[in-house]
Amino acid sequence: MIAVPCVSTDGKPTKSGIKMLSALKSGASTPDALSGATGMPMFRVRSGLRQLVKAGFVKQVDNKYQLTPEGSKLAA
Amino acid sequence: MVILMEEKSDEIRLPLIGEKAPDFEALTTQGTLRLSDFEGSWLVLFSHPADFTPVCTTEFIAFSEIYDELKKRNTELLGLSVDSASSHIAWIRNVEEKMGVKIPFPIIADLNKEVSEKFGMIHPAQSKTETVRCVFIMDPESKIRTILYYPLTTGRNMQEILRIIDALQTTDKHKVATPANWNPGDPVVVPPPKTSEQAEERIKEGYDCKDWYLCFKKL
Repeated sequence: MIAVPCVSTDGKPTKSGIKMLSALKSGASTPDALSGATGMPMFRVRSGLRQLVKAGFVKQVDNKYQLTPEGSKLAA
Repeated sequence: MVILMEEKSDEIRLPLIGEKAPDFEALTTQGTLRLSDFEGSWLVLFSHPADFTPVCTTEFIAFSEIYDELKKRNTELLGLSVDSASSHIAWIRNVEEKMGVKIPFPIIADLNKEVSEKFGMIHPAQSKTETVRCVFIMDPESKIRTILYYPLTTGRNMQEILRIIDALQTTDKHKVATPANWNPGDPVVVPPPKTSEQAEERIKEGYDCKDWYLCFKKL
């Protein structure tokens, strides 16, 4: 299976995106922790976080990441 | 080193060994990635001439075969050619379907040649439209540690790429150099002494010295 970005062209989170949002909901808040929780390599976590922030599902506070209310609704 | 691109008047300076690689953002088969996304890992950035070509296909299979070995060395792979993302995806699906090999690493779709020009991957005397077979090995700070160039007709040697990474990581960890044809487990070269006093002292240190300037030790 080809790995896909975290947000699809219609603005919805992909399977990888949902995985990231769920890891954030479980308390992972740094790229390192997210990589550990999702099993995704760091480069994909960093790129995914940029997409999720841009789409409004995640916000960055200092060096940590949090779900926005919209992201929270989508996290499993 | 300066390379003049034929259809552009501006000079493009290649990143050289020891320098930090220039950052970029590029569309890949795994989404939009920046070079800086790989910081913290070693990285093998490599270019291939074109999708759906025979030598490149053998190389992609070979890169996939060493993928687990690279991961053990905290090393990621990032491919590149001037083909589109759709072409890359069609090709890697074909490789999986016909040859049973899954390509696990991202491939840059460098249609506008932005990345390939930054890294001097197009050698016009070989091809004006395709990248030659370049390998840039970068450390976790994105510093260029090794540059290899192969012509279009010569497929790369994966064992040599692994050997170089082993040698660089050994050098960083133990502050030693590695001799010709070195492989992990072989004796390493102790850095040459900087003073006569150090030269005298090292003879007494139990190294295997052929002379004062050439000493080996086992790690």
